[in-house]
Amino acid sequence: MNRWYPYAAVGLGSALGSTLRYLVSAGSLAALGPLFPWGTLLVNVVGSWLIAWLATRGARYTRGRVARWQPFLVAGFCGGFTTFSLFGLETLHLVTVGRPGLALLYVVVSLPLWLGAALLGQRMARMGAAA
Amino acid sequence: MSVGFSSLLLVAVGGALGGMGRLAVTNLVTRRLGATFPWGTLVVNLSGALVAGWVAGRLGVPTSLELSAAWLGLAVGVLGGYTTVSSFSLQTLSLWQSGYPRRAVGNVLATCLIGLLLAALGWWLAGGAQ
Repeated sequence: MNRWYPYAAVGLGSALGSTLRYLVSAGSLAALGPLFPWGTLLVNVVGSWLIAWLATRGARYTRGRVARWQPFLVAGFCGGFTTFSLFGLETLHLVTVGRPGLALLYVVVSLPLWLGAALLGQRMARMGAAA
Repeated sequence: MSVGFSSLLLVAVGGALGGMGRLAVTNLVTRRLGATFPWGTLVVNLSGALVAGWVAGRLGVPTSLELSAAWLGLAVGVLGGYTTVSSFSLQTLSLWQSGYPRRAVGNVLATCLIGLLLAALGWWLAGGAQ
């Protein structure tokens, strides 16, 4: 396989994921206001669920569509859709505007939700595969 | 700049570059340090947090939908696409389930504590505290 193929697939998936993340963030900012970064929290939780679902499905059906589209879907779409840098910036921003409690809350709520979503995605992929 | 075609294009192009950069860095780091620990994602997220802090210090963190082209392309696009939470979550879960709970906890602590410190450092280096 061409060695540039993964880069093209990841680039395309990441472009799509990033654009969708931006739309979710803009939507949450317009609907819920700038007090708490709901948009980033949502994309990171949904993205963590999705990557675990895709990876579990891809590992089970190695010749299936999910496995073949793995670079585009996993490293591409999920990678671009979720973001750690904006999570860091939002936490820092909450501290600098004098809301350190909210910053701490953002971190301690995010972590279990990300990891819990990944666990749920894995479980659901296994349940769906067993059915 | 509201959510228009040019904003979406900036984010998409930035996100594509960021995602390809993440793949290149992850491949390079994994070749050097091996795959027993997700060093690649850790290096990506820590370096991304540092640069994001620096960009925020330079441009200022926007609080409304009116985002500058530089912020859309660099922060939302390139850095947003470069860093990842999904791989971090999956790799942490997989370390835990493969019988390496201490590595899983280490990954969480290193990513969050050092990541937030580096974002603050980047911000401070760019003069964000002034």
